[in-house]
Amino acid sequence: MISANLSATFYLISGILFILALRGLSSPETSRQGNFFGIVGMFIAVIVTFLSIGNFSNAFIYVLLFLIIGGAIGAFIAFKIPMTAMPELVAGFHSLVGLAAVFVAISAFLNPSAFNLGSIGNIKIASLIEMSIGAAVGAITFSGSIIAFLKLRGIMSGAPITFKGQHFLNLFLGIAILILIYSLCRSQSSNLFWTVIVISFLVGVLLIIPIGGADMPVVISMLNSYSGWAAAGIGFTLENTALIITGALVGSSGAILSYIMCKSMNRSFFNVILGGFGGDSLNAKDNKQKDKKPVKSGNAEDAAFLMKNASSVIIVPGYGMAVAQAQHALREMVDKLKKNDIKVSYAIHPVAGRMPGHMNVLLAEANVPYDEVFELEDINNDFANSDVAFVIGANDVTNPVAKTDPQSPIFGMPVLDVEKCKSVLFVKRSLSPGYAGVDNELFYKDNTLMLFADAKKMTEDIVKNLD
Amino acid sequence: MEIDPFIFRLSIFILSIFVGYYVVWSVTPSLHTPLMSVTNAISSVIIVGAIIAALAGDSLKLFNISSTFGFLAIILASVNIFGGFLVTQRMLQMYKKKKKKNK
Repeated sequence: MISANLSATFYLISGILFILALRGLSSPETSRQGNFFGIVGMFIAVIVTFLSIGNFSNAFIYVLLFLIIGGAIGAFIAFKIPMTAMPELVAGFHSLVGLAAVFVAISAFLNPSAFNLGSIGNIKIASLIEMSIGAAVGAITFSGSIIAFLKLRGIMSGAPITFKGQHFLNLFLGIAILILIYSLCRSQSSNLFWTVIVISFLVGVLLIIPIGGADMPVVISMLNSYSGWAAAGIGFTLENTALIITGALVGSSGAILSYIMCKSMNRSFFNVILGGFGGDSLNAKDNKQKDKKPVKSGNAEDAAFLMKNASSVIIVPGYGMAVAQAQHALREMVDKLKKNDIKVSYAIHPVAGRMPGHMNVLLAEANVPYDEVFELEDINNDFANSDVAFVIGANDVTNPVAKTDPQSPIFGMPVLDVEKCKSVLFVKRSLSPGYAGVDNELFYKDNTLMLFADAKKMTEDIVKNLD
Repeated sequence: MEIDPFIFRLSIFILSIFVGYYVVWSVTPSLHTPLMSVTNAISSVIIVGAIIAALAGDSLKLFNISSTFGFLAIILASVNIFGGFLVTQRMLQMYKKKKKKNK
């Protein structure tokens, strides 16, 4: 058994190692080292906890057993999961953190003496507030992440579910939670504690169902943030520095990512949270006009010819590429182009994919070197000087309407200036609008050649035609 | 007058938010997905609470209600710890620079 002061020092060290883990991610070179720091930090935290309790009875063996079971499941998932499914995986993992926070809060409530929080029915007020907040946020994270998981997985429709008085209900439930926590502090009644948790589960569901599929990057980041605040709440209850530091780090990390995602869609955070965006209501009107406008379409041969005669090509990948699993074929195509001394780069919009940075991971998986992949602001000026833009599986993020039509729901959103290229190759299955439900003006431009096909099939055909 | 230890913890909390703010802004956007998976892994340090809860049962009755919740939380958190760190590792392994001779 080690002293409380010593263990607190070690918890501080693991907190610092977690900071270094995030710091490492500032560049791909240092990132692997950063991840290693994170693992060491976690290892220290767990070992110190064992030592500070100093109880190596049968219970300890069970702890190890459950740790190994959980670890094996986690490791299995980590190795098996395809990179396209990362958003679901992260949403699923968030739900586990949330539920773990709820469980720890429950055990602390049922056995407060084990945590030095007083005795049953006589828990310190401050601890009671902290653990209720931790449990409430954890429960919201859990049920919210489950809904996000189901939506991302396609088990539940991505369309927003809205009903009258929804926001009023959420507000009412939020206030109810605060009142219940207040009366819980006065009465110490376990029924109130359970009610807080149940209502929080409900709030989590209600909070996520009105948010449409296109806003999933924001939802995941937001839930990431919540899972951090839940951990911090529990950290205060347990008076544990490692948890408090980590909770604050994760909480602010998720909040920043949400902010970046909202900004990349030119939407306010509240606009996303209040939801209802990305439904079908907008499509009907646009569909009528669409049929009248002429569209130039071509085949793989035309595309290969255009690219062969270009001196620079910019690839604009989107989630559609991931769905079609076209990233490997794409990389093959790029290799061929490079052999012909054509300069190729990739342009990635911040909200491409279903979570922040998702497209970068998919390209990295297809062995695309990360120094050929550029962010929106770094590459947007290059479109004007390039010969061909190859848009594969992206849509809304290339729509010039965002710059020209103040009436459009996506007006003001930063978009890639694809139309400034000499010619645009647009791989898409049909002319249907993207998630935002807005018709893409780019389809009807003179310099756009539509390639109607499955992204993978088309790319493979182009590869054949490049020989 | 003595300062409540809560204030010290609150200070750590607030300062960590600031540290987090600056550290996360310096993360390159191309690594935002690994950032999410690694933050997910480290937030599972909540396992320390789960371990305390699980080991609090007395030796005659290992699984009372409180410690059972602790054991369940251990499973959940360890799935996250191993899954989170390993999947991050797997992703980071894929980020490679352009090879010079491969041109």
